[in-house]
Amino acid sequence: MNAVASSLRIALVGNPNCGKTALFNRLTGAHQKVANYAGVTVERKEGRFVAPSGRVLQLLDLPGAYSLDAASPDEAITRDICEGRHPGEPAPDLIVCVADATNLRLHLRFVLELKRLGRPMVLALNMIDAADKRGIRIDTAALESALGMPVVETIAVKQGGAAALVARLDAMPAASTAPVGAPGGAMLFPPEAKGIAPPGAPTEAGENDLHAQVRALLAATVTMPRATSATDDAIDAVVLHPVAGLAILATVMFLIFQAVFSWAAPLQDAVSAAVAASGAWVGGLLASMPLLQSLVTDGIFAGLGTVLEFLPQILVLFLFILVLEESGYLPRAAFLLDKLMFKAGLTGRSFIPLLSSFACAIPGIMATRSIADPRDRLTTILVAPLMTCSARLPVYTLLIAAFIPRHDVLGVFNLQGVVLFTLYFAGIASALAVAWVIKRLRSDKSDHALIMELPSYRMPNPRDVLWGLWERAKIFLRRVGGILLALTVLLWFLSSFPAPPDGATQPPIDYSFAGHIGKWMAVVFAPIGFNWQICVALIPGLAAREVAVSSLATVYALSAADGADAALGTAIAAQWSLATALSLLAWYVFAPQCMSTLAVIRRETNSWRNVWIAAGYLFGLAYLASFVTYQVGRAFA
Amino acid sequence: MKKGATGVVTAVEDTYSADPIARRLRELGFVQGEPVRVVARGPLGGDPLLVQIGYTRFALRKAEAARVSVAVEAAA
Repeated sequence: MNAVASSLRIALVGNPNCGKTALFNRLTGAHQKVANYAGVTVERKEGRFVAPSGRVLQLLDLPGAYSLDAASPDEAITRDICEGRHPGEPAPDLIVCVADATNLRLHLRFVLELKRLGRPMVLALNMIDAADKRGIRIDTAALESALGMPVVETIAVKQGGAAALVARLDAMPAASTAPVGAPGGAMLFPPEAKGIAPPGAPTEAGENDLHAQVRALLAATVTMPRATSATDDAIDAVVLHPVAGLAILATVMFLIFQAVFSWAAPLQDAVSAAVAASGAWVGGLLASMPLLQSLVTDGIFAGLGTVLEFLPQILVLFLFILVLEESGYLPRAAFLLDKLMFKAGLTGRSFIPLLSSFACAIPGIMATRSIADPRDRLTTILVAPLMTCSARLPVYTLLIAAFIPRHDVLGVFNLQGVVLFTLYFAGIASALAVAWVIKRLRSDKSDHALIMELPSYRMPNPRDVLWGLWERAKIFLRRVGGILLALTVLLWFLSSFPAPPDGATQPPIDYSFAGHIGKWMAVVFAPIGFNWQICVALIPGLAAREVAVSSLATVYALSAADGADAALGTAIAAQWSLATALSLLAWYVFAPQCMSTLAVIRRETNSWRNVWIAAGYLFGLAYLASFVTYQVGRAFA
Repeated sequence: MKKGATGVVTAVEDTYSADPIARRLRELGFVQGEPVRVVARGPLGGDPLLVQIGYTRFALRKAEAARVSVAVEAAA
């Protein structure tokens, strides 16, 4: 244990949503995701920081847990690490138990439970500023001697808000020395040695006992003017109202989709103009080398530039998601929708993972770790890819802008926004339907639990929101610069070679590898209205959905007769029927055009079978939906 | 259970032996003598319930809340 002489291994443990990750970020300077709902952190995160004395302290951020008697996969991680049972991970030298100072009735119980582990502990009373505001007074010194462990006050979201904790940790002796803390405090002996009942088998009497201790502690050390925040009560009275609450939820959701279209438009035009201008300029420089010029203008600028235009829309979408996450509204939405989702075979708890899937199904699927019931969790994972992720947005908006007129609907809405909303809604409705079918097929019909905590409202922190947007922009640009660039260049190659034979009458792409592959595939996809150009774009689109847009841009740039350089939107508007466009939209609502999602399903469920089920049903639905859309569309055209 | 009113928990019953839901409820503070209040109810059929216990609010489905026996107080 003394191997790393002066480095102390510290674990942050505590109830969900008490600010462990915010504290972790404050101490280590990291930027792990924080938000205002239980279950943001679902895996262990490691960091280190140097205390003023020069000591290196290793810090472990753990998922929140209500108890060591784990009820969900994320709680199990915390339990295993605290008990030293996590593979390849010794038990931490010191547990910093984080408790929300406004919620001590609940959080102190877990403190007492952790104390039974017999490891050295420090209690951090976080959000002490919020407690102050509500007139909550905590006698820290009395709490310290009653608990037998050091107690410090912290404000994780404020600069210097963890100074007292750092000073305390810095003063801690190195791992192997002597018990830490006040007299009668924690010892370094494993619980078994002290004859304490091992955790995992708590009795009802034991539980009552813990709660009685908490009540006694609170009575002795805390004065609390009222049990809840008056602001929370006032907001909840409206937001959770059976009628007004649902109306507000629907309005918020609809507003997001309108904003994605109307707010982002000017920025998008600016990006698009900049890309076109620099493409023309670079193309002009390369005029003496036609092959390289084609690669740069038709491949890179046409392909990547078209995708880059969607950055503003993705950022507007994330602005809303981040603000909602920080405010504490999301669990309320989950509360309102629980009954509906339960009827469909999901749970209110699925709401947050599914909402994250609007950004990307991968974090969404990982967020299902906070769902305790394994059946609910699997269903949520299987339907998460139906939520419209941000990678689909470029495909949707390209097609909508090209084929749907900008009419006003009912004077306030724009038809393009309405169509986008419909596509998102189709994803949600089909997710509910699929979940319902899964529920029917399932034989085990025992109880499902909800038990979800509703946090206090908080004002979103502008710095966290801006940081979140910046992270998103970086992820997007990295994708554009990495996988999208590689695939675009590959596709340009396949679409340019072999060169057309002498005396060819068609554009050169018709004679290329891509042209042949596309025409062969088009046989299968003809009944759903896809031409060979779309088929070509579908293959690289499996790696990342946005690639379909850049691929189409490349294919059409190369097909354009004698360099008639039209924007992609104009080109497809001229060459596709409306039925084909709608059919492609329907395809993208369902098709599992994303290898990474399938890979994460494999990892999270540990089963190839679930991957095949997901991919199979999604491709099936996609083909079916496109077929119906195309045939109906053609009949009306 | 009642709506809008306050009460005191009298017991949390296991619906079957070693019921994990009942155990979790007890961990969250649903123990004998603890005051509770139903703050709000879901829009469809009054399900789930939003229950205030201690300083915390939990959303519970009727099936979960049914495990908690409460002595209802006359007026809030």
